[in-house]
Amino acid sequence: MVNIQMTGAQMVLQAFEDHKVDTIFGYPGGAVLPIYDELAKERDTNQPIRHYLVRHEQGASHSAEGYARSSGKVGVMLVTSGPGVTNAVTGLTDAMMDSIPIVCISGQVPTHLIGTDAFQECDAVGITRPCTKHNWLVKDINDLSRILHEAFYVASSGRPGPVLVDIPKDIQFQTGTYIGPETVKHKSYRPKLKANIDQIDDALKLIADAEKPIFYTGGGVINSGNAAVQLLREFVRLTGFPITSTLQGLGAYPGDDSQFIGMLGMHGTYEANMAMNECDLMINIGARFDDRITGKIDEFSPNSKKIHIDIDPSSINKIVKVDAPLIGDVAHVLEDSIKLWKSKVYKINKSSLKEWWKTIDKWKEKDSLKYVRDKNIIKPQHAIQRLYELTKDKDVFVTTEVGQHQMWAAQYYKFNKPNRWITSGGLGTMGFGLPAAIGAQVAHPDKLVIDIAGEASILMCIQEMSTAIQHKLPVKIFIINNQYMGMVRQWQELLHDKRYSHSYTDALPDFVKLAEAYGAKGIRAQKPIELDKAINEMIEYDGPVIFDCVVEQNENVFPMIPSGKAHNEMLLGDETEKEEISDEGKVLV
Amino acid sequence: MSEIVSKHTVSVLVDNEPGVLARVIGLISGRGYNIDSLTVAEVDAEKHISRITIVAPGTEQTVNKMISQLQRIVPVKRAANVTFENQGIEREMALVKIVSTGEKRVESMRLSDVFRARVIDTTHDSFVFELNGSPRKIDAFIDLMKPLGLSEVSRTGVVAIARGTEKM
Ligand SMILES: Cc1ncc(C[n+]2csc(CCOP(=O)(O)OP(=O)(O)O)c2C)c(N)n1
Ligand SMILES: [Mg+2]
Repeated sequence: MVNIQMTGAQMVLQAFEDHKVDTIFGYPGGAVLPIYDELAKERDTNQPIRHYLVRHEQGASHSAEGYARSSGKVGVMLVTSGPGVTNAVTGLTDAMMDSIPIVCISGQVPTHLIGTDAFQECDAVGITRPCTKHNWLVKDINDLSRILHEAFYVASSGRPGPVLVDIPKDIQFQTGTYIGPETVKHKSYRPKLKANIDQIDDALKLIADAEKPIFYTGGGVINSGNAAVQLLREFVRLTGFPITSTLQGLGAYPGDDSQFIGMLGMHGTYEANMAMNECDLMINIGARFDDRITGKIDEFSPNSKKIHIDIDPSSINKIVKVDAPLIGDVAHVLEDSIKLWKSKVYKINKSSLKEWWKTIDKWKEKDSLKYVRDKNIIKPQHAIQRLYELTKDKDVFVTTEVGQHQMWAAQYYKFNKPNRWITSGGLGTMGFGLPAAIGAQVAHPDKLVIDIAGEASILMCIQEMSTAIQHKLPVKIFIINNQYMGMVRQWQELLHDKRYSHSYTDALPDFVKLAEAYGAKGIRAQKPIELDKAINEMIEYDGPVIFDCVVEQNENVFPMIPSGKAHNEMLLGDETEKEEISDEGKVLV
Repeated sequence: MSEIVSKHTVSVLVDNEPGVLARVIGLISGRGYNIDSLTVAEVDAEKHISRITIVAPGTEQTVNKMISQLQRIVPVKRAANVTFENQGIEREMALVKIVSTGEKRVESMRLSDVFRARVIDTTHDSFVFELNGSPRKIDAFIDLMKPLGLSEVSRTGVVAIARGTEKM
């Protein structure tokens, strides 16, 4: 497939084929009509591209993310110029923050109209420059195929991320030479995959010397792929060390394994945060010392040496100074580490590790995820626990919106495999969950896909119900309905003297009727005794479901490290510790 | 690492492609760093590589952070701190206009000699001097010219390169 003549629009489809893209999410408009025309012509071939028509370009972007996150492939989206692009910006930013590979193709006004404020013109590359890993405006038809190949390469290699290729309409019509991907090599971008072996050895010495070690793993493990996940499991078992994970890393290590001590960070378990605080060696694998994780930075794990494995050199020493940086891909670095560990016959310090586990087990006794159940009102934690118990035998993909329900899902739903947990971590985008679930369902048509939602968030991309119906995608939306923007209410309760300013949602729709209006099934549960039966009904229904789970309105997410506090200053909820939050803490988000 | 804020000179080698300067500048300003001076020009016409030189105030740590973030930009090939203290050579050119007569005019001429500035334009009551040198030398010259009728200054911004055999 080298050097043949075709139009720009045909090149886009040819590049999809060459990069094994069989699925795209998109929405048409004037500036992409030539590409849509090719999609129509291609519809009758034996392997047409499956185009999922969304209802809003934000939906296309999150669906592409859900598709990418759940499958490990690149997510592809197609939008028109002007408002098509601006609507996609939230999803591109979300993908940038969570390192998700997305290729966004956008239409642009014809080249001779660029800069004239033409109808539906916007500076797409200017607007998306800070929210993409890289972007291109194509000005010559003979650059198009090269740029498309580079786009797929840049999106998926190194630290993955979103890219955008902006194609003026005249270029889509023009004929030029298509060169195949095998001949295209990016001029300069070559991420480093393997870490320096001497530096690995230095890190292993720290591991062998450690008395109170902990693995702290993140989304980078999952991005690196299945090999990284298997190697992580091997290394963690080889050492017997405790392991905690960030929100994005959940599932890389089995959530129900005895070495896993729960998620860490703002709403992490007591034992995970205390262990981070008191450890003498922290092994960060593919995580980035995010502020949700570290809490007060000056008091973050004050007595530990730190190893940091990351493919992105700019993550090293960005927030926390580390002792042993290992720049490379997680799978490569772990593979070399395990080999070297075995060949050098390094041994861990067994007796101190035993003591360390004893300390951790003491912390575990606090049972920081306990909550008080109620006979008459469904507690949100209980709803998620039941959802987990009733679905855990299946291979379930869970997405979330943003808020309390997201944190409860992270705390109470356990993931044993990677790519099963899909949540907006870095950007925290309400409205993410439903389109992301659609993307995951597209990638896994026969699997159970659940969006654990809040009643406020779900309304931000509710229009995608229509997408689910049209394309027969049986996603289940499990709304933890507390009538509040619960996470906002919780902060107002704790930080603003219970002045609940605009966090109560009046005039919510009747979600059961809303489901029916779209042609989906609506289910409501209001009492704990109804819950199991209703959940089973949802699972068994062959089609999209909106489940309105009416829960306690005033429940808070605990444990909680308030902003500006250190790991060992966690609020556990049961104690009536009414601590004042400093002014310094209040300004943090 | 030093906590002292000082001026750092950072050299960035980039693929000379559309938007690359906007990417570099956008990253720096978007993250709240300041820029004192900026120069950019293609330095390899065959490979289309440009060299951007940025002078930015900051601590050693913030500048290192800035450099590693610059390296994240896809068309950035390399970025390094080439500050004078880090074995770098820095040079700048300035055009300095003096409007004065009599004693002041004579004195400005005398001083320009000391600084090896060249007169590139003259009228009965003005000079334009061209001056090359380290940014510090140019600062000093401008300071001295202030009481002598300094009217206007145009500076190229700093270009820098490492001493010795070292290559970026
Ligand atoms: C697009 C967007 N706007 C605002 C916010 C700020 N925010 C974070 S959580 C939240 C409330 C979410 O409410 P709901 O979906 O009902 O979830 P709950 O916390 O009640 O579980 C808000 C407004 C956000 N994360 N995203
Ligand atoms: Mg809510």
